[in-house]
Order: sequence, then structure tokens, then C-alpha cells
Amino acid sequence: MIELSQTEIEAIRHEMSLYEDPGAATIEALKIVQEHRGWVSDEALEAAAVVVGVTPTQMEAVATFYNLIFRQPVGRHVIMICDSISCYLTGYEEILAYLKKTLGIEFGQTTPDDRFTLLPICCLGDCDNGPSMRVGEDYHGRLTPDRVDAILAEYK
Amino acid sequence: MDETRVLTRNIREGREPVWRAEYEAAGGWEAFKKTLAELKPTEVGELVKEAGLRGRGGAGFPTGMKWSFMPRFEERPEERPAHVYLVINADEMEPGTFKDRLLMEGDPHQLIEAMAISSYAIGADIAYVFLRGEYVECQRRLQKAIDEATEAGYLGNDILGSGYNLKIYLHMSAGRYICGEESALLSALEGRRAVPRHKPPFPAASGLFGQPTTVNNVETICNVPHIVSNGADWYKQLGAHKDGGTKLFGASGHVNRPGLAEMPLGTRMGDLLEHFGGIREGRRLKALLPGGGSTPLLTADHLDTPMDYEGVGAAGSRLGTGTMVVMDETTPIVGVLKNLEHFYAQESCGWCTPCRDGLPWVERILTNLEAGKGHPGDIELLELHTKLLGPGKTFCAHAPGAMGPLESGLKYFRDELAALIPDDSDTLSLTEPANTASNSQV
Ligand SMILES: Cc1cc2nc3c(=O)[nH]c(=O)nc-3n(C[C@H](O)[C@H](O)[C@H](O)COP(=O)(O)O)c2cc1C
Ligand code: SF4
Ligand code: FES
Repeated sequence: MIELSQTEIEAIRHEMSLYEDPGAATIEALKIVQEHRGWVSDEALEAAAVVVGVTPTQMEAVATFYNLIFRQPVGRHVIMICDSISCYLTGYEEILAYLKKTLGIEFGQTTPDDRFTLLPICCLGDCDNGPSMRVGEDYHGRLTPDRVDAILAEYK
Repeated sequence: MDETRVLTRNIREGREPVWRAEYEAAGGWEAFKKTLAELKPTEVGELVKEAGLRGRGGAGFPTGMKWSFMPRFEERPEERPAHVYLVINADEMEPGTFKDRLLMEGDPHQLIEAMAISSYAIGADIAYVFLRGEYVECQRRLQKAIDEATEAGYLGNDILGSGYNLKIYLHMSAGRYICGEESALLSALEGRRAVPRHKPPFPAASGLFGQPTTVNNVETICNVPHIVSNGADWYKQLGAHKDGGTKLFGASGHVNRPGLAEMPLGTRMGDLLEHFGGIREGRRLKALLPGGGSTPLLTADHLDTPMDYEGVGAAGSRLGTGTMVVMDETTPIVGVLKNLEHFYAQESCGWCTPCRDGLPWVERILTNLEAGKGHPGDIELLELHTKLLGPGKTFCAHAPGAMGPLESGLKYFRDELAALIPDDSDTLSLTEPANTASNSQV
């Protein structure tokens, strides 16, 4: 079993202090681990469970429920393209086809250079800028194939 | 109809946030000071009840009434539980909904002040904002507003010498639409899978960590300081039809100027569409979802509908979140329904069978219809699902919400959908003839 870094442990302990039941900080713990390691491996999940004081099974139940927790390695930049109704109406399918072609990958895959992972996401709350996607933490709306090229170039 | 800016009065084009000094210069935090100095907690609740404020998170429940379900401990402080909670629902994942983000990004202090007043009203000592995981910019801005408010003595212990204590924390979620359902949200906040809970007990009796809890939407709560400052009568007269107040309306999809605008509740649907520039490329309206993905479709026959709870209800739909998703005449309805049902099937929490198994089935039928591979009986089968997954048949409102657009789609566009079934299709339908099934099983 691995141990988490001191920074991770402190960040998790801080989150635990914000709840009546410190064991409530499971999601925060997983997110902190993911922030430091890119994704949540079995070993990291177990180590996080120890810090929070829940069983690995409880932690796993949480980790597999929430879609922003990655249980597999991802690329340096995760692209999440909105596949919900407003973006569908404004050209999501064309942008998705373009992204797949440009990156040469399907949903759930990572480019061979580990640069991008492509995932679908539901409504991003950016519906007036559809079609919309998120790269890392950044929102990009009103997508056209040309704009997609320019945006991808920003992420090395 | 003009914009009436109450909740958005400080919000700038481009959403550059208003920080404390500027917020206070515009009269901010005065309502909270007034509350602490002049009003008893129950009096704030009475004001909100009188104003007729209703929930902006989708269900439209009267806010003052919800607050009145909270147990009171002023007379019996020895029975006070360890904590009483206010939880703000900022999950905002209903497809087509993008309004709470504006309020949090543009005027973060407004929400924090509103939470302080509302927490005082229900006797809460801890308040959380439950933010969807993608709203990191909201998180940054709200945290700064919380820090500024704490520094100014608006949060913490013995606030402004009143003896009232309050802490506000942010919780960042990690995805899944079901987290927005208020009891699932409490499960998520407790660090578990976001599965809804049985009601009763309602959150007011046993909510977060088993303590008395109220869950309210961001926009709902942002109304509270304005009601406290200006009174219930002022608030009521802001509405243009039966319900009082303003609403953040939005439009996305096939309109010329998608976006948000704060207008009187009860503004005519057609006027709203016009405000957002009308239908793109001079086309005609085919249908719209008046308030997000789980509100039943309306059509061009409903342009005169007053957009408030009563008005949209009378037209056969729901105001929902007030953010319209607009479709022009070229839009195939099957694609719209398939897209929506895909979302609901994927986001089902999986707890109860009709929803977990019924929604993927609905999605499959619609996928087949769209691909020209429908079977005779498919329409009836979809219809059957709207009954089997309807209100009262499932553990929470997720599945009934999913059936809203489907049922209305079948009502208004039945022929268009039926015409997708090829003439030479075999009779190998996926079920019994629908009339037997719908009589015996529903
Ligand atoms: C599946 C589902 C998802 C929901 N998502 C949200 C949401 O994202 N935001 C929200 O405020 N309410 C959402 N609601 C409604 C909440 O359950 C609840 O009614 C609301 O937060 C109460 O606040 P209000 O009375 O101020 O509207 C959702 C309901 C269901 C059934
Ligand atoms: S209706 Fe759907 S989302 Fe709600 S509890 Fe049942 S399975 Fe879960
Ligand atoms: S539908 Fe794509 S951001 Fe809302």
C-alpha cells in the first residue's frame, strides 16, 4: 500500500474538519488525490480511505458513482464535450465528429502522446454558448471546427 | 416587456464580479444588518411567505412554507440539536439551465448575504453551498466573498453583537445530475452515493447528518435580501401575472440571441422569445422546453402563456428553471426526445427498477425510430412508459421528469413519430399490444 503525500493528507484533513461527520469528506479526498496524481488508482483510493476513516469498499462505491472521478489514467488535458439538448441543437454532433477525427480517438480514449482524453459530459451550464466543451477547467463555447483547432493548440 | 433587474442589478456584462466594497456601496449587506437588528427569525419567514416566493430550482414549492416546517428551538434551547443546516442547491445540471451560474459569478456577495439572512430565519448555524464540480469559477468567487464577509464580521460567532453564529462552507460535487434532487444531494454531502432518500421524513425533520435541514435553490435564496429590504407588497407587485417577483429567464437553442434576462414572473412567452431575438434564420417555432429538460414541451400555440408557475402549469407544462430550450421548425422531434432520454437513462441513479430499466428501453426505442428501424407498437410502448415511469411509480422525481418531454412529444407530434416506422417493418414489436398492457398494469 502506498502513502499519500503530506500535502494531500493535510488538504484532506482540512476538508474533514468542515463536516459534523469527518467521514463525509470522501468525495473531497478523491478529488484531492486526483488533483495530485491525475487519476485515482486502487492504491491511492485505499490510502485515501485510511485518511478519511472509511473502508476501501465505501470509498470505491463513491468513486464509481461520480463521473468526475477518474479510475483510469487520463491525458494531461481532459476534454469534456457537452452532449445535452441545447448543444445538440446547435451542432454538437459536427463538433464531436471533428474532435474525434482531429484527435484520432473515440470517447473514453487518450491520444498516444498522453495529451488529450475525450469524454462526453451532460449540460455544462453554458447552454447559451452551445456547442460547448470544457478542457481541463476552462470553458469554450460557440465551437466551430476552426475554433476547435485554435483551442486545442493552447493545450500542450 | 422590459428587463426588471433586482437579482441582477449589480451584475455586469462579462460578469466581472462585484466585491464587498462595491457591493456595500450599492446597499449590500444592509438587509442582513436590518434582519439582525429588527427582525425575529420567524418574522423573516413570515415576510417570505407573504411575498409568495416560490422555489426556482424546478419544483416551485413555496419557500416560506418550507421554512415553516423547520423545528424551532428558541423556546426550548436545551433541545437544540448539535447543528441546524441550510443547504444551497447549486448543482445546476438540468439540461438547458445556466442561470444560477450567472448569479454566483456576477454577484457572489448577494448569495452569501442571502444565505446569512435565510440561515438566521430557519435557525441554522452552518450553511453549505452544494456546487456542481464544473463550477470552479463560482467556487473561487464565492470563497472570496465568504472570506471578505468573515473579515467584515458578517459571518462567524456573535455576528455584529447579535449573539447569532453562522459558518458557510462550499462543497464541490463530482458530477451526476441526481445530486440535484434534494435528498440525494444530502446523501452526496454526507460523502455517499447520491441516492435519493425516502420521504418522509422530510429534510426539515431529518436532513443532513440527521439534523433539521432546509434545501433551497440559489436563485430562490437570492430573492430574500430584496424582500427583507423592500417588503412583501413591493415584491408581489413585481410579477406580471399571478405569481410575484422576477425570474431569471433564459433561452438557448434556435434563437438569435441566446442568453439570460431578468423579467417579471408572468411575462408572455412570445415576448420572451422576442427578447432573445426570435427564432434563427427567420424560421418558425416548432416547440420549446419552457424551463429545462424535464418540463413538458410547448408549441407555437402557447405563445400567449404567461411564464409563471400558474400560467405554464395551465398550459400543460411547468415553469421549471425558467430557461427555455427553443427548437425551430426544421428540428426532428425524435432526435430531441432521444437526446433527452439518453441523458435521463445515463443519469438514473439505478436505485429503482422502472427508472433504471425503463429509461434505457425508452432510449432504445427512440434510437430505433430515428434510424428508421422502428416497429409497429413502438408509439404505444413509449406511451406505456410514460405511465409506468410517471409520478408515484418511482422512488424519486427523476423518472417522472424524464417522462415530461416524452409524453408531450407524443401528444403534439404523434404523427411525425409514427411516420418513422417503416411500412415493411415486421410485427415483431417489443411488447404486447399497448391497450391490454395499459389497462391491466398501470
Ligand atoms: C433529478 C432532479 C434534479 C434536480 N436538480 C436540481 C438542481 O440542479 N438545482 C436545484 O436547485 N434543484 C434541483 N432539483 C429540485 C430539488 O429537488 C429541490 O426541489 C430544490 O433544490 C428545492 O429548492 P427550491 O425550493 O428553492 O426550488 C432537482 C430535482 C430532481 C428530481
Ligand atoms: S427514479 Fe431513477 S433516479 Fe430516482 S431513485 Fe429511482 S432510479 Fe434513482
Ligand atoms: S446543453 Fe450544453 S451546456 Fe447546457
